[in-house]
Amino acid sequence: MSWETVIGLEIHVQLKTKSKIFSGSAVDFGQEPNTNASAIDLAMPGTLPVVNAEAMRMATRFGLAIDAPINQKSVFERKNYFYPDLPKGYQTTQLAEPIVGPGIVTIQLEDSSSKDVRIHHAHLEEDAGKSLHEDFHGMSGIDLNRAGTPLIEIVSEPDMRSPEEAIAFLRQIHAIITYLGISDGEMSQGSMRCDANVSVRPKGQETLGTRTELKNINSFRFVERAINVEVERQIDLIEDGGRVVQETRLYDSDKNETRSMRSKEVANDYRYFPCPDLLPVVLSDEFVQTERENLPELPIAKQARFVEQHGLSAYDASVLTQDRLTADYFETAAKACGDSKLAANWVSVELAALLNKNDLGIADCPISADNLAQLIQRIMDGTISGKIAKSIFEAMWAGEGSPDKIIDAKGLKQVSDSGAIEAMVEEVLTNNQQQVDNYRMAAPDKQPKMLGFFVGQVMKISQGQANPGEVNRILKEKL
Amino acid sequence: MHNLTVAQISQGLANGEFSSVEITQHFLDRTNRLEPDINAYITRLNDAALVDAQKADEQIAAGQTTALTGVPFAHKDIFCTQGVKTTCGSRMLENFISPYDATVVSNLKSAGAVCLGKTNMDEFAMGSSTETSYFGKTMNPWDLKTVPGGSSGGSAAAVAARLAPIATATDTGGSIRQPASLCGITGLKPTYGRVSRWGMIAFASSMDQAGPMGKTAEDCALLLQAMASYDNKDSTSINHEVPDYSASLNDSLENLRIGVPKEFFEQGLDPKVAEQVQNALSEYEKLGATLVDIELPNSRLAVPTYYVLAPAEASANLSRFDGVRFGHRCDDPVDLLDMYCRSRAEGFGEEVKRRIMIGTYVLSAGYYDAYFRKAQQVRRLIKNDFDRAFDHVDIIAGPTCPSTAFKFGAKTDNPVEMYLEDIYTISVNLAGLPGMSLPCGHVNRLPVGIQLIGKHFDETRILNAAHRFQMATDWHTHAPQGVEV
Repeated sequence: MSWETVIGLEIHVQLKTKSKIFSGSAVDFGQEPNTNASAIDLAMPGTLPVVNAEAMRMATRFGLAIDAPINQKSVFERKNYFYPDLPKGYQTTQLAEPIVGPGIVTIQLEDSSSKDVRIHHAHLEEDAGKSLHEDFHGMSGIDLNRAGTPLIEIVSEPDMRSPEEAIAFLRQIHAIITYLGISDGEMSQGSMRCDANVSVRPKGQETLGTRTELKNINSFRFVERAINVEVERQIDLIEDGGRVVQETRLYDSDKNETRSMRSKEVANDYRYFPCPDLLPVVLSDEFVQTERENLPELPIAKQARFVEQHGLSAYDASVLTQDRLTADYFETAAKACGDSKLAANWVSVELAALLNKNDLGIADCPISADNLAQLIQRIMDGTISGKIAKSIFEAMWAGEGSPDKIIDAKGLKQVSDSGAIEAMVEEVLTNNQQQVDNYRMAAPDKQPKMLGFFVGQVMKISQGQANPGEVNRILKEKL
Repeated sequence: MHNLTVAQISQGLANGEFSSVEITQHFLDRTNRLEPDINAYITRLNDAALVDAQKADEQIAAGQTTALTGVPFAHKDIFCTQGVKTTCGSRMLENFISPYDATVVSNLKSAGAVCLGKTNMDEFAMGSSTETSYFGKTMNPWDLKTVPGGSSGGSAAAVAARLAPIATATDTGGSIRQPASLCGITGLKPTYGRVSRWGMIAFASSMDQAGPMGKTAEDCALLLQAMASYDNKDSTSINHEVPDYSASLNDSLENLRIGVPKEFFEQGLDPKVAEQVQNALSEYEKLGATLVDIELPNSRLAVPTYYVLAPAEASANLSRFDGVRFGHRCDDPVDLLDMYCRSRAEGFGEEVKRRIMIGTYVLSAGYYDAYFRKAQQVRRLIKNDFDRAFDHVDIIAGPTCPSTAFKFGAKTDNPVEMYLEDIYTISVNLAGLPGMSLPCGHVNRLPVGIQLIGKHFDETRILNAAHRFQMATDWHTHAPQGVEV
């Protein structure tokens, strides 16, 4: 039987506010445990929450960015459960009346097709602290620095049909939140976290299969692996006559497997009810309108503009717009060199490869966009060949300066002087009389192939610096 | 000296008749003598009080005074006090020292008042007799075999026994008015949002409200003046100007329309108490007020509504007492679940556990709509009743409690009977209105209180009505036998 995979994602995004969602403590990671934890964060008796307006603003911006209705009245509720890193014994979150209503996120796939993924809603809530299980001799330590960090939880509809689509969706969310500047979106550091609801059904079937919720997926790469391994498990189970149980499963990246969490933790009745310490938050029309007007150009709009204005393919445009800094880098380089397609190619292939290899972000790229543009210009004006350009590019990465400086210092300028090339051609023809004779006796349709030998010889003598076009022209003339 | 009102103490301090240290010492000595009979306090601040009094005397000498500078008072032990134990009447917080001051506490500090100690209360303010306190029961000074009411029984008994001239208290369903009534003193629960809840340990957040207790309406006005403030640390605090509560105390009651709800005089009310309240209403007519019959048809639903909503909120509010960060932790827990279960089983008393269980139940999947949501809807109906009534009247009056102080143990075996103590006070909390109780007679030598209910933020009007009544009568001057001297 052929199976279809159905995926919905729940994405938690930590907001980059200065202070926590309900207290004045700093949101600042990597500090000594419990140094950013106030009486409110510790849930000391008598303390009360006050909503951070900046968190409301950031959530509003996200809602506007996915074209969702903003609920101008939203309500915080208490989700009750006991856990040592949940100081109040309940999480303050939103349920019945979340700030962001249904929206749409368009994802771009590798074949340049696109797809709309529906967002069910997005709500604001507080993060929990962390339990530390090492170094405490059989006991656990609690660090409440993270407790109360504002989160938006983005809940998608089950609209994705493959891990690739899930990743594209996740990348698009990442692009939106980083464009908006509301989050770092670093999965490795937990500022963006993803749970996946996964089910399978026979192809063509309407009704959804029973889903499992996968937790602990902390990188883009693991999204694909976790979903694949879970889909395989579910299909095997069903094909062996079993039944998928609705449950929460943890993804173990070391073993590349998912396993059931203890049922005790799943069978919670959270007893949600509106938090009596917080009045419903009411946003004015003016506030929402101002935020709407102040939205930056968003990935999807930038993508369309790149296709239109720079003549890129939809896929190339989506790759370049995934990250605002990369998009800006590309645009600077394209403008400065005058050839968008070459610029796009250099940024998304050569530069991306080196960044990737060195595990660097575009912000830390040692090559400036202007220098890359200069390199491209030197190819365009024939000063260097494409092959030489790559070695110059590596020198630029190593910090040896601008392309012009490197070309001068290493004498890499392409030789286009026809007199010099003629001399080299003469030399090659003289030294390879046999091949010259063969060439001249060959049928005309065989000749182009044979010409390659002479071009290679000339390039060798010129140490790669001869202009290949010029070499070809002169060779044909002399032969 | 202990019979002086706040205004008289202020006057005496200003005139140099006595110093703050002297009057503070007087109350401390008196408390030393009488406290074994009353048990009004959980924590007494003898030395600290004298240090504060000394400071107040310096301020008085420098001419920097408020109406409360140098005036001794007591705090209900529900307000967090930095450096001083805050127990909330519970074993759970037996040794808890707050790292910060409640807003009410800092407001009174900056007013220069001198805190004598922290008073006894029902555990986590859950009760109407102060019998649920982990720190022993408080005796009603009028009859040591009877309860002082609750949950602010310690504060009420302290004021009635003249162990403190005034005291802070809190009221979620009647916890200021009912003990004030049973102890023959004056107590005011302000409009919800008038006094900051920051630092006041939460019972039912949507109804908890702090207010003053004193011998007179005038004293309550002065204490409320210092307690009330807009506080941006409490999202439910309302930014409404704090008026001068003393300014209109003497206004005439001519043409004041007093609504008398028939539902407050139906079965369940002790006829002798009813008689005293009727007498008080007649007194109001003599003062120029008009009595208007009104109906609060949904008030019969107030007690059941309250006993869904308040426990629901409490069940979440008390989850933070888990033995992890502060408060009682059991010995040698074998694992996390054991620590939670035993810490809470040992730290909380029976009534608190009962309410946590009720609250957990009414919020559970499958019961939420039938209980919690329904109760929220009824709460709205109760509020609407008051809104309609206030279209025709300026204040509402009736009994504070169905009876006078009852014997210890009389209602401990039947929680519902105990809950009915608050039958006339609870609807006021559900509607968020200001309400007060003042003494208006005696039945079998025990005090009876009349309750006055005002419109939102109209504390001024009920204080005015209470003050004029006290100018015309002397019930508020009666002190329990044995504590007069």
